[in-house]
Amino acid sequence: MLKILKYSFFDLIRSRWSIIYFFFYFVTGMVLLYLSNDVSKAVASLMNVTFILTPLIGTIFGVMNFYNSREFIELLLAQPVPRKNIFLGMFLGISTSLSLSLFLGMGLPFLIFGTFGSDQIMSLVFLLISGIFLTFIFTALAFYIALVNENRLKGFGLAILIWLFMAFIYDGVFLLLLIFLQEYPIEKFAIAMSLFNPVDLSRILIMLKLDISALMGYTGAVFNKFFGNNSGMLISIAALIIWSAVPVFLILKKSAKKDF
Amino acid sequence: MSGLFAGTINVRQDWPCNSIKSAADLASPFDTVYVHPGRYVEYDIVIDKPLHIIGIDRPVIDGDHKSEIITVKSDSVLIKGFRIRNVGFSFTKDWAGIKIDNKDHCTIEDNEILDSYFGIYLKKSDHSVIRNNYLKSKAENEVNSGNGIHLWYCENIRIENNRIHGHRDGIYFEFVEHSKIIGNLSEGNIRYGLHFMFSNHDDYIGNTFKNNGTGVAVMFSDHINMKKNHFVDNWGTTNYGLLFKEIYDGELSENIFENNTTAIFADGSNRIKIINNEFRGNGWAMNIFSSCMDNEIAYNNFISNTFDLTTNGKRNNNNFHDNFWDQYTGYDLDKDGVGDVPYRPVRLFSYLIGRIPESIILLRSFFIDMINIAEKVAPVLTPQSLTDERPRMKLIVYDRNKGD
Repeated sequence: MLKILKYSFFDLIRSRWSIIYFFFYFVTGMVLLYLSNDVSKAVASLMNVTFILTPLIGTIFGVMNFYNSREFIELLLAQPVPRKNIFLGMFLGISTSLSLSLFLGMGLPFLIFGTFGSDQIMSLVFLLISGIFLTFIFTALAFYIALVNENRLKGFGLAILIWLFMAFIYDGVFLLLLIFLQEYPIEKFAIAMSLFNPVDLSRILIMLKLDISALMGYTGAVFNKFFGNNSGMLISIAALIIWSAVPVFLILKKSAKKDF
Repeated sequence: MSGLFAGTINVRQDWPCNSIKSAADLASPFDTVYVHPGRYVEYDIVIDKPLHIIGIDRPVIDGDHKSEIITVKSDSVLIKGFRIRNVGFSFTKDWAGIKIDNKDHCTIEDNEILDSYFGIYLKKSDHSVIRNNYLKSKAENEVNSGNGIHLWYCENIRIENNRIHGHRDGIYFEFVEHSKIIGNLSEGNIRYGLHFMFSNHDDYIGNTFKNNGTGVAVMFSDHINMKKNHFVDNWGTTNYGLLFKEIYDGELSENIFENNTTAIFADGSNRIKIINNEFRGNGWAMNIFSSCMDNEIAYNNFISNTFDLTTNGKRNNNNFHDNFWDQYTGYDLDKDGVGDVPYRPVRLFSYLIGRIPESIILLRSFFIDMINIAEKVAPVLTPQSLTDERPRMKLIVYDRNKGD
C-alpha cells in the first residue's frame, strides 16, 4: 500500500495542478495578510475561500484522478496486490498531496509575516485542520462516486452536485427549516443539522475561535453548553473524523466486490 | 495637649490602649491615632471627631461577620493603611467596612477591605476622597451581596485608583453629582462594574472594567462624561460592555471596547456623543434601540467585530458619520480618504438572529454572506436610512495620550 501511496503522491505532487493549487493559497494568504495586517481578519477571509475551494478541488481531483488512472488500476489489479491496498493507497496519495499544498500554501504566509506569536494563531491552526479534513472527506466521497459510476459524465456531475449541495444548498435549506420551525425548541435540531454537513462542521470550528464573544450572547442552554466549553470543538472534530472514515469504509466495501 | 497642637495616640495590642474603639473615645478632635500591627477584633467603631486614623504596617480589623466595622460620624476624618475584613451581613441594614454617614471632607486611603458586604459606603457625604484602596469580596448572587464602593446622595467625591473585585456592583452611584471616578480597576463583579442611577454631571476617566456582568451601566442620568476607559471581556447573554438606559447629553470618547458580547447597548438614550472610540473583537459593537435619538456616532474604529451594529426597528434617528468600518467594501475614487458609497452597518443576518436566535449557528456561512449582499444592494428588512454617509477608508488615528 505504501508503495502505491508513494507513487500516487509523488505523481501528483509533481503535477502542474498541485503547484498551481499551492501558489493560489500562498498568494491569497500573502495578499490578505499584507492588506489586513490582522490575523483574525485574514483567517476570516481565508476561511471563506478555503471552505468553498478545498471541497471543490478535492472533489474534482478525486473524480478525475480515478477516471484517468483506470488503466493503471486495471494493471495493478492484475498483480498479486490486495485490492484494499490499491484503492486506499491511491486515495491517500491524492488527499495527502492536496493537503500538503493547502498546508504549505496557507501556513507559509503566516510564517513569513511572523504572526505565529500572536494569540489568534489558534484560529489558523483550526483552519488548517478543518481544511485538511475537508480535503480528505471530499476526495473520499469523489472516489467513491467514481467507483460506483462507470459513466464518467454521470460520476463527475454527481460529485459536483454533492459539493454544491454541501457548500451552498444545505445552509439554505437549514435556514428555511430554522425559520419554519422557529416556534419549537430547535437548538438540538440545529446542532444535529450541522453535524450532517462537514462544511458546516468546519465552519463551527472556526466560529468558536473567531466569534466566541458573539456566541456567548445566545440564550439557550444547549447552545451555551455546545459553544461555551470545549464540548463543541470535541463534538465537531469527532464528527469530522466519522465523516472521513465513512466514505473510506464505503470505498473499501465497494472495491472489494466490484467487477473491473 | 494644648488645643493648638494635635496629639497622637498609639494603639497596640500589648498596651493599655489596645483597641481602636477606646482610642477613638480617648482622642480629642484633630488628634492622630496610630494603630500598630496586629489583629483587632472590633466592630461598630464610631468615629465622631475629626481624627486621622493611620495603620502602621497594615493592622487587621476583623469584624468577625458581626456588624458594621467603622462608621464615620464626623467631618474631616482620614482612615489609612488598614486591612479590614469580615463585615457582617444583614438583609435589613447596609453594613459596610467603612461608612461615612452624613459628613463631609473625609479621606479613605490605602486600605484593603476583604470579605465585606458593602465595602466603602458614603451616605450624604460631600467632598470626600476614596483613593488607592483594594476591595475584594466573594459575591455569589445579587440578593445577598453588596457593592464595593457605594455612594448615595453625595457631591464632589473623587474615587481614584481603587481596585474592586467580586462585589455586586463595583462602584455604585445613586443621586451623586459632580464626582469623578479616575483610574480604577473593577473586575469580576457579578452585576455591574460601575453603576449610575439618577446621577448627573459625573466623569469617569481612565478606568478598566473587566469581566463583570456588565462593564458600566448608566441609567436615568445626564451629562456623564466617559473617557479613556477600557471595557474588556464582559461576556454573557445579558452582558454588555456599556449599558445606556434613559441617559441624556453624555459624551463617550477615546474608550476601548474589547471582546465584549455587546460593547454598547443603548435604550432610550438621547444626545450622546460617541466619538473616537475603538471597538475590537466584540460580538456586537453596538446594539442601539430605535428609542434612541439624536446621538452622534463619529470617528470610531470598528475592527473585527462579529456584528458592527444591530437595532430593533426600521427607523433611525441617530447620526453616524466618519467612522472606520473594517467590513466596508466600498471604494474611494477621489482619494479623499472617505468612501464614495455609504456603508450600511446593519446586516440582514443580525436582523435574522434577532428573530431566530438559533440561526447564529449559520454565522459565517457562505449562504448567509450571499443574502447579506442581496440585502445590502436592496434593503428590505434593515433600516434604510441607517447609513454612514462618510465611511473612512483608513483607521482613524488619534492621540490617546494627550491631556484631557
